[in-house]
Amino acid sequence: MLKTFKLGGVHPPENKLSKNQKIETLALPKSVFIPVAMHIGAPATPLVKKGDKVKVGQVIAQSSSFVSTNIHSSVSGTVKKVDFSADSSGYPKQGIFIDVEGDEWMDEIDRTTDLVKEISVDGAEIVKRIQDAGIVGLGGATFPTHVKLVPPKGMKAELLLINGVECEPYLTADHRLMLEKADEIMVGIQLLMKAMNVDKAVIGIENNKPDAIQLLKEKCKTCPGVSVVALKVQYPQGGEKQLINAVTGREVPSGALPIAVGAVVSNVGTAFAVYEAIQKNKPLFERVVTVTGKGVLKPSNFLVRIGTPTSELVEAAGGLPDDTGKIISGGPMMGKAIPSLDVPVTKGTSGILLMREEESKRKEVLNCIRCSRCTSVCPMGLEPYLLMTLGEKQIFDRAEQERVMDCIECGSCSYTCPSNRPLLDYIRFGKGKVGAIIRSRKK
Amino acid sequence: MSSRLLTVSPSPHVHSSESTQKIMYRVVYAMIPALAWSVFVFGWDALRVTLIAVAACIAIEYLIQKYLLKVSPTVSDGSALITGILLAFNVPANLPWWIIIIGAIAAMGIGKLSFGGIGNNVFNPALVGRVFLLISFPVHMTSWPVNHQAGIDAITAATPLGLLKEGIKNGTPISDIAGLPHLNDMLLGNIGGSLGEISAILLIFGGIYMLWKKVITWQVPVSIILTVAIISGIFWMINPEVYVNPAYHLLTGGLMLGAVFMATDMVTSPMTGKAQVIYGIGIGIITISIRMFGAYPEGISFAILIMNAVTPLLNYYIKPKRFGGK
Repeated sequence: MLKTFKLGGVHPPENKLSKNQKIETLALPKSVFIPVAMHIGAPATPLVKKGDKVKVGQVIAQSSSFVSTNIHSSVSGTVKKVDFSADSSGYPKQGIFIDVEGDEWMDEIDRTTDLVKEISVDGAEIVKRIQDAGIVGLGGATFPTHVKLVPPKGMKAELLLINGVECEPYLTADHRLMLEKADEIMVGIQLLMKAMNVDKAVIGIENNKPDAIQLLKEKCKTCPGVSVVALKVQYPQGGEKQLINAVTGREVPSGALPIAVGAVVSNVGTAFAVYEAIQKNKPLFERVVTVTGKGVLKPSNFLVRIGTPTSELVEAAGGLPDDTGKIISGGPMMGKAIPSLDVPVTKGTSGILLMREEESKRKEVLNCIRCSRCTSVCPMGLEPYLLMTLGEKQIFDRAEQERVMDCIECGSCSYTCPSNRPLLDYIRFGKGKVGAIIRSRKK
Repeated sequence: MSSRLLTVSPSPHVHSSESTQKIMYRVVYAMIPALAWSVFVFGWDALRVTLIAVAACIAIEYLIQKYLLKVSPTVSDGSALITGILLAFNVPANLPWWIIIIGAIAAMGIGKLSFGGIGNNVFNPALVGRVFLLISFPVHMTSWPVNHQAGIDAITAATPLGLLKEGIKNGTPISDIAGLPHLNDMLLGNIGGSLGEISAILLIFGGIYMLWKKVITWQVPVSIILTVAIISGIFWMINPEVYVNPAYHLLTGGLMLGAVFMATDMVTSPMTGKAQVIYGIGIGIITISIRMFGAYPEGISFAILIMNAVTPLLNYYIKPKRFGGK
C-alpha cells in the first residue's frame, strides 16, 4: 500500500504530455518585465532607474523586510522604465522593464556545469545566502525560503520534506528537474539540512514518476539521512499539510505552520535553486516552466529567464493554437487564468497551460443535490457546500466557526461537484472577508 | 490572437466528468432488474402503472416549472424519472390510473417543487406521494394483485406483513398463521406486495451496483438492515410465537426498497458517514416499532419521512473529521 494523505482528495486525468521532453533553454527574449512582488510578503524596493545598465544576476530590487526577498536581473541590458504592468493576477504590479543587450553575467557566477559537492559554508551562512539569492518556494506558493529555515522561538525543526509530488495535472517541470538535475538536487537538500540543522530529509514523489523515484533512490544511497517515499497519486498531495500527513502521518494543527509538527517543506525546484545559489553563486533568475495543453504542437519544458513574456514560451512550443480559449499560469487545479500573453514568467510560474475553447468554459450551474461529494473530497475535512452558502449569504461568523480559514483552495470540491457549482469561488470570497475580520480584531 | 478574448476565471479550470444527470441515470439503471421482475410477476399492469407514474411526474414537474414558477424546466436531469419509478414501486400493480396521477401531483408538487425543486426538498418526494395515497385511498393502496408466480388462486392477496399483523392481532400463534411464504420465495420475490418491493435479491443487486458506481454509501442501507435485524432478532428470541423471524422483517414489505433506494436519496439523507449511520439506525427503530406495535403492518415509509425531517439537524451537529484536530 502506497502512502497518501488521509482525508479526501481527487485524481484528475494526469495529462502529463511533456514528461518525456528534456529541459530546453529558451532563447533570450528581446525585453523582460520583472515584477518586484513575485513572492509572499513585502514587495522588494527597486534599486535601478531608467537608463541604468544591468548584468545577469545583479540585484535590481532589494528585500524590504524579513518576509521579503531580493530580485535579480535575469538579463543584461538597459533599464527601460520602472512601471506598472499586469502580472498573472491580472492586476497592474510594479516592476522593472529591461531591454536585453547581449548576455553578460555577473563575474562571481560559476557558469560551468561541473557538480560542486563539497559544502564549505556553515548553516547561518547558507540561510543568509539563500536570502541574498532571492530564493522563494518554487512550487508555486513563493514563500521566501530563508524565513522557513529559521524556526520561530520555542520550535524546532526535525525533518526536511522535499516536495517532488507535482500533483497538478499537465505539469512536468519538477519531474524533468529530478531526472536531469538529480545530483544537484541532492546537494541542495544537504545544504538545506545543514541550514536547518536536521539530520533527516524525505523526498516525496508520486508513483506516476517511477523513473524519478528510482533515480533519486539510487542517489540517496550515498546521501546519509535522505530517503525517498513513493506516494499514491492523489491531488492535492503537493499541498504542504497533505504532504506532511502522507509522509509522517502527522497533522499540522488548524491555523499553525508545518514547523508546529517539526517539519519544513521545500520543493525540488527550490532545492536546486539552493544548490545553484550556494555552490555556483548564482541567484534565482531563471526557472523551469512547462508549456503544455491538448492543442499545443510541442508540449515542452523550458529553462526560462524570469520576466520573459508568456508569448515567447508559447511561440517556442509551436505557437498559439487557433482554438485557445484560456491561458493558465500554473496547473489546471490551482493556476491563474491570465488575461494576455504579455504576462511575464515569475518565480512562481511552474507552467503555462493553453486550454482549448471548449475546455475553457464552465458548465451550467445546477441546484445542489447534497450528494456530499464535496465533503468527501475535501482534504481539510470541511463542508464546501455549507461554506459556499455561508459565503453567498455573507454569514461570516458562522463561516469562521465552520473553519473557512482552513481551506487551502485546492479546488477539489469544485472539480468534483456534479452540479458544477462554483464552490471555491464563494469559499474564497468568504475566506477573504473572514480573514479581514480576524485581522481587524487583532488591531 | 489580438482580436480574440481569453476566458479569465478563478481556479479550478478542469472539471470531473461527473454530472447530476449521470448520477440520476445510474439510479434508474439500478432499478431496472426489480422493475423487470415486477412485470414478470404482475404482468403488463406493472408496466402500465410505472409508465403512468413516470409520465405524470415528468409532466407535472414540467408544467409547474414552466407555467407556475416560470423557471426553465429541469426534467432532463432525470430526477423526475426516478421519482416516477419509485412512486410506482411503492403502489400495488392494480392501482387505477387516476390515483397514480394524484400520487404524482402530491410527490412532485407538494414533495418537491413547493420546496424549490431538485435538491431543496426536505422529504423524499416519492414517499410523500405514497403516504399521501396510503392515507387518502387506504383500500386501493392495500389491495394487492396476485403474484402469478406464487400460484395462489385469488384476485387480491395479502402481503406477508399484512397476514402477520392480522394473525397476531387475533392472538393466533405465528406457527399457525396460514399462507406465510417460505424464505426462498421472499428472497426471490414470489410474494405479494407493492410493485417494486417484492424481490429482495434484485433490490440488493441494484444497491450493489449503486455502491460500485458511488451513487450511495454503505452507511444508510447497512445501518437500517442491521438495526431491524438486531431488534427483531431479540424479540424473536424472547417469544417466537408473537414475534416473527427477522428474515420476514428483512425480506418482506418495503424494507429493502426503502433501505436501498428511498432512504439513500442524496437530497434527503445526511452528508457525513457518521450522521448517515444515526439516520439509518433511526429509520430501523421507527420501522420495527411501527411494524410490531403500530396500527400499520408496514412502517418504513413513515420512518424514512420522519428521519428526513431530522436530517438538517444531523447535518448541523455532526461534522466531518476536520484535518488538524478539533
